[in-house]
Amino acid sequence: MTTTTIIRSNPAVTTKRVGIVAVVLAAIAWILPLPPILARTAVPSIVIGLIAATLGAAVLRDPKHRRLGGVAVGLGLIAIPLALAMTNQTSANVRTVFTWSALIASGLTFTTPLIFAALGGIISERSGVVNVGLEGMMLMGCFFGILGADVCNSWVLGMLIGMASGGLLGLVHAYFSLHLRANQVVSGIALNLLATGITGYFFVAHYGDNGSPGTLPEVPNVSLPGIKNITFIGDAIGNNTNLLTWVGLLLVPVVWWFLFRTRAGLRLRAIGEQPLAASTVGLKVISTRYAAVIVSGMLAALGGVYLADGFDGSFNFDMTDGRGFIALAAVIFGKWNPFGALAATLLFGFSSALAYSLQTFSTTLGTLFQALPYVLTLVAVAGLMGRSRPPAASGIPYVKE
Amino acid sequence: MSRLSRAGRALLVPLITVVIAFIVAGLVMLITGSNPLKIYAAIFNGTGLNWLFPWVTGQERTIAALDLQQTLVATAPLILTGLSVAFAFRAGLFNIGSQGQYTVGSVLAVWVATSLPHMNPVLHIILAIVLAALAGGAWAAIAGWLKAVAGTHEVISTIMLNWIAIWVATYLFQEDGPLQDPHALGNPVSKTIPSKVHLPVIWGNPNLQGLHIGIFIALGAAMTFWAIMNRSTLGYEVRAVGHNPDAARGAGINVARNYVVTMAICGVFAGLAAAVDVLGWQFLVSTNDVLGSQVGFLGIAVALLGRNTALGTVAAALLFGALETGTAADNINANVINPELAPQLTLIIEGLVVLLVSTDLIAIRILGLPKKLGWGRPEAGADLAEQLEPDDPSLDAAEALRPEPGR
Repeated sequence: MTTTTIIRSNPAVTTKRVGIVAVVLAAIAWILPLPPILARTAVPSIVIGLIAATLGAAVLRDPKHRRLGGVAVGLGLIAIPLALAMTNQTSANVRTVFTWSALIASGLTFTTPLIFAALGGIISERSGVVNVGLEGMMLMGCFFGILGADVCNSWVLGMLIGMASGGLLGLVHAYFSLHLRANQVVSGIALNLLATGITGYFFVAHYGDNGSPGTLPEVPNVSLPGIKNITFIGDAIGNNTNLLTWVGLLLVPVVWWFLFRTRAGLRLRAIGEQPLAASTVGLKVISTRYAAVIVSGMLAALGGVYLADGFDGSFNFDMTDGRGFIALAAVIFGKWNPFGALAATLLFGFSSALAYSLQTFSTTLGTLFQALPYVLTLVAVAGLMGRSRPPAASGIPYVKE
Repeated sequence: MSRLSRAGRALLVPLITVVIAFIVAGLVMLITGSNPLKIYAAIFNGTGLNWLFPWVTGQERTIAALDLQQTLVATAPLILTGLSVAFAFRAGLFNIGSQGQYTVGSVLAVWVATSLPHMNPVLHIILAIVLAALAGGAWAAIAGWLKAVAGTHEVISTIMLNWIAIWVATYLFQEDGPLQDPHALGNPVSKTIPSKVHLPVIWGNPNLQGLHIGIFIALGAAMTFWAIMNRSTLGYEVRAVGHNPDAARGAGINVARNYVVTMAICGVFAGLAAAVDVLGWQFLVSTNDVLGSQVGFLGIAVALLGRNTALGTVAAALLFGALETGTAADNINANVINPELAPQLTLIIEGLVVLLVSTDLIAIRILGLPKKLGWGRPEAGADLAEQLEPDDPSLDAAEALRPEPGR
């Protein structure tokens, strides 16, 4: 291979640098056919994509930089069909799909429920309790948020009731995990089933065939007076962004600050890493974990409230549709760090938005595009993430000596 | 503790668990103003298990037979997806991907069975089953391979692979999709499998969803599971990796290869489940089937209730299959409970069962009661901690969520 020889013969060319160049080239191959550049021929993207993939393949041989090489190969190769597809469409069509401001707005709506649940998952796992029940806790928030908003005729009360329902499920999880020393994975799976049943039961019993009412007090969208009228930014985040989206984004630094910059956060993490040692110095392992799991349930449920009462305006059976598990994946992908989880949920949210908007090209292929967020997440997880290490005591029942 | 009392406990604890779950669910019904005894009787009759009573005769017996056939038809795939999850748990892996593996298997099963019109029926059925199983295995192996080469957590990869499989399958069968029946006119379904490629029905009317041989495939798979796990080098290695990957590596076991093989076997079970469903009673796959199926996800609950053993999984699948059939809208007596409410009740009961399975303490405390009251066998009231058996395979479930601590 010529590229390999070049890498070997020139000491200034390190494998890492070649890898970075390859990734950048692949990114260029991606960007060329999209607005604002909107190249109308696929040739440059194909050439650049192939170069990126070849360089990436050379980098792959170095076991130290295998990930970088893999990402370059993957991105470079995907760029080719992408460019062919884009140049096959009219430029008006491509512009409709890649209206960046609209993509950002829609990406945020997909991200919001996930980030709440992921933050909940992080808090719970950092305290040492695995929470596979995020999905169920979200679903509780969906239904009881709607029910509360309907019965109390107020979205604020609906939101609080929804959060309380998730907190209640968290309490059950905590009781089983902490007092009954349950297997936490099993308990979490059970709560998911239970939540599906409970919400379905009350939904049928309360609303029957009519479904939840069409007009409910919904969590409002906010418009930011300062940036509302700025082009692009105004369209993306200035006008119709839901209140809960802002809350979710704001909670990311807040949770990070709490976990890594406050005394209580340090204690929480200590309890998740070394419960016995923490208990020796007088920290209350059990009550801290209770609090963490209940808060985790409330946060996940808040994501559910957004999904039902902020976004959809209605409840449907099992409407969380696996989002709790995506959030669980984001927790692991984000290495139990709020910002990492945010990155993961943003990746997922934006590719979901892209998948929906790609349906403009073809309704038949549109269904296939729905798989895009999952493919991208899988590529990203396999390519970018090293071996992850959870909090040391996460999942292990705590027995007081 | 003697071997016998251990075995007795292994049976008693899940039984007590299930009974408590039914009692708690009964309380829920009481609170919502229904009579739990009547509802449970209706569910029981809906499962067709009353067929086993000799005093049930005439018309009632005919209906019971039909219901029982359905229960067993529903049990077969649950056994298989349960085994698919249980096998992973024994290796310290958490296979949430059973649903995706099932989906890939159902695509292959329906595709093979609706192609090759001139093939010998027996060979055709075998080919469809084998390819569905292999497809499920290959799909699952991706997750094992990613874990082996890139350290990707199998919880993430199997969740993603689930949805990729589900959307690709939806694409294939949707209107104008590549595998849609061209004569279905806007109906998003695959071609219908010709009757010569149906699994033979051994009890009941083939036109009324009689019991097909899928249940024997499932039981055979359970025996294979047991044999691999307890009587083969592979099973030994799988369990060793499940207990402690580092120690296993130190002992010379190829852990990376083990992950791939383990996941592939899990996928084969899930693919078999799909073949049994598609060739046994569905005979076609619609996008609604793809998007709505829960067989793989229920497999997680089945495996957990069955404590990741072959026999336990079969028993748990029977319970879940019976519950699903007993509360199906067509089977339940609409005068006793709103047929739409019944499936929700099933989910609540299933959730409670699994929740109580998550801890032995409740059942153990109940087992310990006789001692406290002063009339039990002495060992039944022994120290609680001592009775939490350390080699309980279900403990691996929590381990599975924890990646191995570095190489």
